Amino acid sequence: MSDTTSAAPAEKLTKKQLKADHPTWCPACGDFAVLASFFNVVQKLGIPHEKICVVAGIGCSSRFPYFVNAHGIHFIHGRALPLATGISLSRPDLHVFVFGGDGDGFSIGGNHLNHAARKNVNLSYVVMDNFVYGLTKNQTSPTTPLGRKSKTDPRGAIDRPINPMAQLVASGATFIARTHAAQVKHMNAMFERAILHPGFAVVETLSECTMFFPGAFDDGNPRKGGVFDLVNEEEQEMESTSAAMELSQDLSPGKFGVYYETKRDTKNDLERAWLTDAQKTVAGMSEQDILRQRFASMR
Amino acid sequence: MSQSTAPAQVPTDSSSSALRNAVIRLAGDSQDGIQSIGAFLGQLAGSTAQEVMTYMTIPSTISGGPSIFQVHLGSGDVLHPGDEADTLVAFYQHSYENHLKTVKDGGICFYDSDQVEEVKEERGIIHIGVPFTSATIEAIGGTTKSRGKNIFVLGLLCAVYQLDRLRMSEIIAGKFGKKSEDVLRNAMLAFDAGYAWPVHDIEHMPMAPGENEGDKRLSTDGNTMLSLGLIAGGVRFGAGYPITPWTTIMEFLRSELPKYNGMFIQCEDELAAVSLAIGASFSGHLAITGSSGPGLSLKSEAIGYACMAEMPLIVVNIQRGGPSTGLPTSVEQSDLLQAIYGSHGDAPRVVIAPKNVEDCFYTAIEACRIAKEYSTPVLILSDQAIATRLEAFQEPDLSKHWREPTLDLSERGADFKPYPLDKITKHSPPGARSSEGKYPVVTGLEHDEWGHPSGNPENHEKMTAKRRNKLLKLAESYGPTKIHGEDSGSLLFIGWGSTYGPIKEATDRMNSEGRKVGSVHLRHVHPLPIDLDEIFDRYDHVLVPEMNDSGMYGYGQLATLLRAQTCNAKIQSTNKVQGISFRVLELVTAAEKLISNK
Repeated sequence: MSDTTSAAPAEKLTKKQLKADHPTWCPACGDFAVLASFFNVVQKLGIPHEKICVVAGIGCSSRFPYFVNAHGIHFIHGRALPLATGISLSRPDLHVFVFGGDGDGFSIGGNHLNHAARKNVNLSYVVMDNFVYGLTKNQTSPTTPLGRKSKTDPRGAIDRPINPMAQLVASGATFIARTHAAQVKHMNAMFERAILHPGFAVVETLSECTMFFPGAFDDGNPRKGGVFDLVNEEEQEMESTSAAMELSQDLSPGKFGVYYETKRDTKNDLERAWLTDAQKTVAGMSEQDILRQRFASMR
Repeated sequence: MSQSTAPAQVPTDSSSSALRNAVIRLAGDSQDGIQSIGAFLGQLAGSTAQEVMTYMTIPSTISGGPSIFQVHLGSGDVLHPGDEADTLVAFYQHSYENHLKTVKDGGICFYDSDQVEEVKEERGIIHIGVPFTSATIEAIGGTTKSRGKNIFVLGLLCAVYQLDRLRMSEIIAGKFGKKSEDVLRNAMLAFDAGYAWPVHDIEHMPMAPGENEGDKRLSTDGNTMLSLGLIAGGVRFGAGYPITPWTTIMEFLRSELPKYNGMFIQCEDELAAVSLAIGASFSGHLAITGSSGPGLSLKSEAIGYACMAEMPLIVVNIQRGGPSTGLPTSVEQSDLLQAIYGSHGDAPRVVIAPKNVEDCFYTAIEACRIAKEYSTPVLILSDQAIATRLEAFQEPDLSKHWREPTLDLSERGADFKPYPLDKITKHSPPGARSSEGKYPVVTGLEHDEWGHPSGNPENHEKMTAKRRNKLLKLAESYGPTKIHGEDSGSLLFIGWGSTYGPIKEATDRMNSEGRKVGSVHLRHVHPLPIDLDEIFDRYDHVLVPEMNDSGMYGYGQLATLLRAQTCNAKIQSTNKVQGISFRVLELVTAAEKLISNK
């Protein structure tokens, strides 16, 4: 669990170094912009190449690790957050980025979202929310609006969609933001702040599925006649959960920006503090001797 | 005091006046502290060079309910908790009525004469009524109700079996001294009162001194030894979710790992637990997760991922009884096939099993070695009996068995491939630089040697073979299978896990009666050793005792695998699914039946 430092000084990363396989996403998919934004922010922040760790579950957006030339892991459906928790806690030297969609994060992995948030695990999580299951070709997702027709809801969705922002506030995430994949500058800014935030940082990114749900986010896109309405951080009480809840009430298209931001001890810090205290009780002893001491107590 | 009318008889060993073995069954309710009596006796045996093995039942209720604790003390080898009791200690009428049948003919029954009404029986059992409850209250004084009567009984047993009174006082002081002076004073008063209680119908039956060499003897349970083995094997990260009887491992590691610069995380569910562990493995540490039956099922998908992605991972499964919630506090060996095959697709992994408490330590270290060297998930299949019972044994020599935890962040060169076809996968964790600037993605999609997703038909076949063949290489490395008893003859027992003790003793007993019997104990249950077929050829019969059902086709889970591996029609099963371990006599009877049917 010891901290590990980079063997060589970080050189400036180029986009070419960060690019891997050409994304297999459909033409004009919102996820391309998310990938480009990620490259931009990682370059800007000068994160050492080998310390970047890209994690994903299953879904269209969860193909993300293949498109980044960095240590990555493509895991099983819904479990990207606990996997990333294991990485973050055991390797504090790494920058852990989790990418996934609404099905992965809010449905099959929904409970993990609550617990990663309440534990305030140090990592950045981008949910590329497209309001539909794309990889399996057009089924209702946990964020599909009421009435929208899909292959599993031929008469229109009848289950009330979840409210990701309210859920994140309720479960204790310490950085909660919302952005739109068609608003590149805003997305860059949100990603950058999420990465720099110590603790569990989530950016819900509306990312259009041009194949199955085209136009889903036009109402938040001025180029398509919508309104990109920003959170006014001057007036918003950033550390108030009730203010964040208030902001979360209307998400169609709702406000964009940081809903909530606070500092709280991370799971990483709290576990490490225990570790440090425990180390003091055995100071000067080899690990083998610690075990021998335990044996002696069992005689 | 005594309401016995039976003649005073002292059951002693024929060769000497000292007892070499004593099986004591304590029957009461779970809140009476009968486990503590057993634990004290176990600890005493461990520190006086005696052997001990215990067996207990715990009701799966939140508090209370009938419970037993059986202690088998011995001067030499003790391989099983005892078929029948020499002495029963009954706290209540129901304990007395339900357990008197487990006492051997002519055995002894101590009962609480404040609680129990003696019943007529004709097996010559010596009944000795002692008012545990009122004598304890009198000794301690005041209003302690029934607390402390377990320690009173401990004193009584120490006197009857002439156990080391001074050492026992030290052990009690070690246990209660931490609480408060009052608690310790009351415990010692109860102990002394029990020790001094006049027992008239029998003479004292001194236990022979222990014959085990070595001064560093431990006494503890299987879950503790398994946890310590994981630490000695290099595990520094773990994650879990509470479920009986696995929970004590996670509790232990949660407190203990930080001393070794490691951590154990309690998760929201089993899926998260296995995922955290895989995350830590991916990070380059050796990580464990664990559970019991139902929890293992929940982890199955992720275990399949670890097989596919070739991640080192240790998964502990403390087996309990039945499917679903089943018998959560009883023993069974019915998770073998789940451990070997439980996932989707072809997902080969390694399964190994400890044979007793001591072996939990070495099995855990072996699991660590295999997981790292073969880059594979390794399942450790322990069971409720091993997990919870106490045994005494020699302290492990760490200088021989310690495995240093490593985190290999060395730079990977131009020849690095995450999934090479001609070599065993060696994972490059994040943080390791790549000289060529190309970084790997670990994946559950079928992939080529570079880790790129690939649906190519030939590639899938090659990669499937790669994941299978590395485990065959492991099987080739085991060395010749050891046989206990006769290395050819009329019958071979073959078993795995906690049936080790009863099988070994059944083998010895049959050989002492002129049979030619051998036995094989498998630590590596998957992949199986490759020399079993040749061994089976040397016996007329092969019998596989297992604590699982004989299923649709008449064979237990290991027997089914052995028949598939060797196509040997001699292989027969004897199965027990009562939630309790085999008795030696049951195995001898099953073996004799097979031999005589020839």
